[in-house]
Amino acid sequence: MLYREAGDFKTSYEADGQTFPIRLDRRGYYAILVMALAVVPFVLNDYWVNAVFLPFLIYAIAALGLNILTGYCGQVSLGTGGFMAVGAYSVYKLMTAFPEISIAIHVVLAGLITALVGVLFGLPSLRIKGFYLAVATLAAQFFLVWLFNRVPWFYNYSASGQISAPERTLLGYRITGPETQAWAVYLFCLVFLVASAWIARNLTRGSVGRKWMAIRDMDIAAEIIGVNPLTAKLSAFAVSSFFVGISGALFFAVYLGAVEVGEAFGINKSFLVLFMIIIGGLGSIFGSFAGAAFMVLMPVFLKNVLVGGLGWPTDLAAHLEFMIVGALIILFLVLEPHGLAQLWRMTKEKLRLWPFPH
Amino acid sequence: MKLKLATLALGTALAAGPAMAELVFPSLSYRTGPYAANGIPFADGYADYLTLVNERDGGIGGEKINMIECETGYNTEKGVECYESTKSQGALVYQPLSTGITYQLIPKATADGIPIHSLGYGRTSAKNGKVFSHVFNYPANYWDGASIAVKHLLDENGGDLSSKTIALIYHNSAYGKEPIRTLEELSEKHNFDLTLLPVDHPGQEQKSQWLQIRREKPDYVLMWGWGVMNQVAIQEAANIRYPMDQFIGIWWSGSENDVKPAGKAADGYKALNFHAPGDDFAVYDALEEHVWSAGKGAGAGDQKGTVLYNRGLYAAMLAVEAARKAQEIHGTMQIDASMMRDGLEQLSMTEAKMEELGLKDFGPTFEASCENHGGSGKAAVNQWDAESGTWEVITDYIQSDQEVLDALIEEDSAAYAAENNIEQSCS
Repeated sequence: MLYREAGDFKTSYEADGQTFPIRLDRRGYYAILVMALAVVPFVLNDYWVNAVFLPFLIYAIAALGLNILTGYCGQVSLGTGGFMAVGAYSVYKLMTAFPEISIAIHVVLAGLITALVGVLFGLPSLRIKGFYLAVATLAAQFFLVWLFNRVPWFYNYSASGQISAPERTLLGYRITGPETQAWAVYLFCLVFLVASAWIARNLTRGSVGRKWMAIRDMDIAAEIIGVNPLTAKLSAFAVSSFFVGISGALFFAVYLGAVEVGEAFGINKSFLVLFMIIIGGLGSIFGSFAGAAFMVLMPVFLKNVLVGGLGWPTDLAAHLEFMIVGALIILFLVLEPHGLAQLWRMTKEKLRLWPFPH
Repeated sequence: MKLKLATLALGTALAAGPAMAELVFPSLSYRTGPYAANGIPFADGYADYLTLVNERDGGIGGEKINMIECETGYNTEKGVECYESTKSQGALVYQPLSTGITYQLIPKATADGIPIHSLGYGRTSAKNGKVFSHVFNYPANYWDGASIAVKHLLDENGGDLSSKTIALIYHNSAYGKEPIRTLEELSEKHNFDLTLLPVDHPGQEQKSQWLQIRREKPDYVLMWGWGVMNQVAIQEAANIRYPMDQFIGIWWSGSENDVKPAGKAADGYKALNFHAPGDDFAVYDALEEHVWSAGKGAGAGDQKGTVLYNRGLYAAMLAVEAARKAQEIHGTMQIDASMMRDGLEQLSMTEAKMEELGLKDFGPTFEASCENHGGSGKAAVNQWDAESGTWEVITDYIQSDQEVLDALIEEDSAAYAAENNIEQSCS
């Protein structure tokens, strides 16, 4: 009744081709944006930022990146952790080498460096496909982690091999280091997430994205109709790695402040981000958000309910958490193999007809 | 979105919490995950000692202790969540039992004014209290450990290690890399050759490292391992018939969990320890009376007297004594984190005090000060007796080579101070 296209007239091509063609969607989107930018920063505290928002925002960027490669272009990658590490170590080297340059620029540069590395490891995708490519990217994961552990130049020859982010400011506000303010780091990451999502959304509905999807759906057919697999696949690797690199840089510099490559960017991270996009929905921007939210918030939520609310022993709660999250993943995928994004899509379809379905 | 809002509402309700008039000791433990076997005894010991103080003495100076346990799974991200969720409740001191989480918390906790006590782990150069105002790592640190192991070998070889080879098999992480710098320095001083053998997390795969040991036959093997890596290493050493009495682990590689899986073959394995093993202490009677028989013990209650249980006990005891000291200094029973820091800094453990606590000869004596947050740097060598299933203490507390270490600590902490614009001072 409320959620419908009827009466929402489009009089130009721009209006017809916009991301949210339905008025209610559009308004909802702006409302969320205003909420996130103008309301949430005022009600935040350290716990909310560090335990909930920062991981959600940062993993959402990583999920967006992987979704472009795997969801839109159909190239399975298990190298996300390694590429996040590239982002983290790039931003660390840049931060320590050029302390006077703004941290925001360093984060973008770290993304670009990761894009280059991504293209390099994307080269095999021109010959190998599917599971074989997954194994090739797995090699990237292990190689990159090994490299950052092995070569002391990357961690500035520190005795422990850990990298830790020095204090950097943006417009006079601290963004990295221990004495940051909750709202500043939140907004910093939020801006990166909104920008990433905006870029990703517009790329995927333009010609570049259509080429990726053509390659995903059938590469031979795509080649016949004139899609160059070299540029399509490598551009997907580049854009995907760019986002993953940014998320790695933020993960290290803003969120954790000190990381150790094997622990923070191990194979588990690759799987975590892959699970996010599978649960959220492959080939969907909303799916990246939903998947990241599910995987980040669910454990924290369960922990607070089981330990904080019900007062159960921590080990029992931790084990139950694994079981509940695991069971929910299976349940969701059985009910809707295309992820949370598809559930959302179906809800919207039903809402359009409500209350008079055929 | 709905989910998010629900979490939001719930979380605010929980995170706010009631304002408590208690002494809050968070326990960032790990009873799950790859290192759970070692995390459980430590967490149990920590909890049991605090329960004992509550039950027997009614808390510290009449103030009850409120221990908040938070599961980290040895994962730094969960560690951050635990830190944030407990700090607002008035946490007095953090003991995360993880080098990774400790590194993470050093700048954060210092900024928040909450002390960290990393008992024999964490950042070694935190010994320099002029730079690391809120970090304490007494009674001994990794570099002490490396030096003590070498000293023990010197004793065994009549003071001469030249032309000997020592291999270091280590967990390839911040923790495992800690001793390398010191061992390199010591190898120059004592003319022994050093071979480095990294093992990647979690450490189940060590075939190639032990093949190399079998081929090169180093005279001694030192180990910086944790969790499953220790068991695998000892099993592999047994498989290649490496003489166990030439194999020495750091204190984190010397628990019952590490040697028992190899059975009889582990007999003679040595490990360092900065406190005593076993349950032959008066405090155990008190624990039996006030905690276990009252049904208030933590966990499954099967860890009593193990090395890591004792270590948890020791960590809790030092925290309690520091809180007592803080109450004494500031003349108030209601201490906060900054007072706790002063207590930790002026803590002195004497033999008389330990005897009074029912822990006679349990650990080394030391006196902390602003210049020295690292204690006396003493540890003893223990040896595993597979027949009786106990650790035997085979040496006295050995003093580490302060001459070499002080220079290294000065250098490393100065580098940290320069990186983070910290003014070295003693207030």
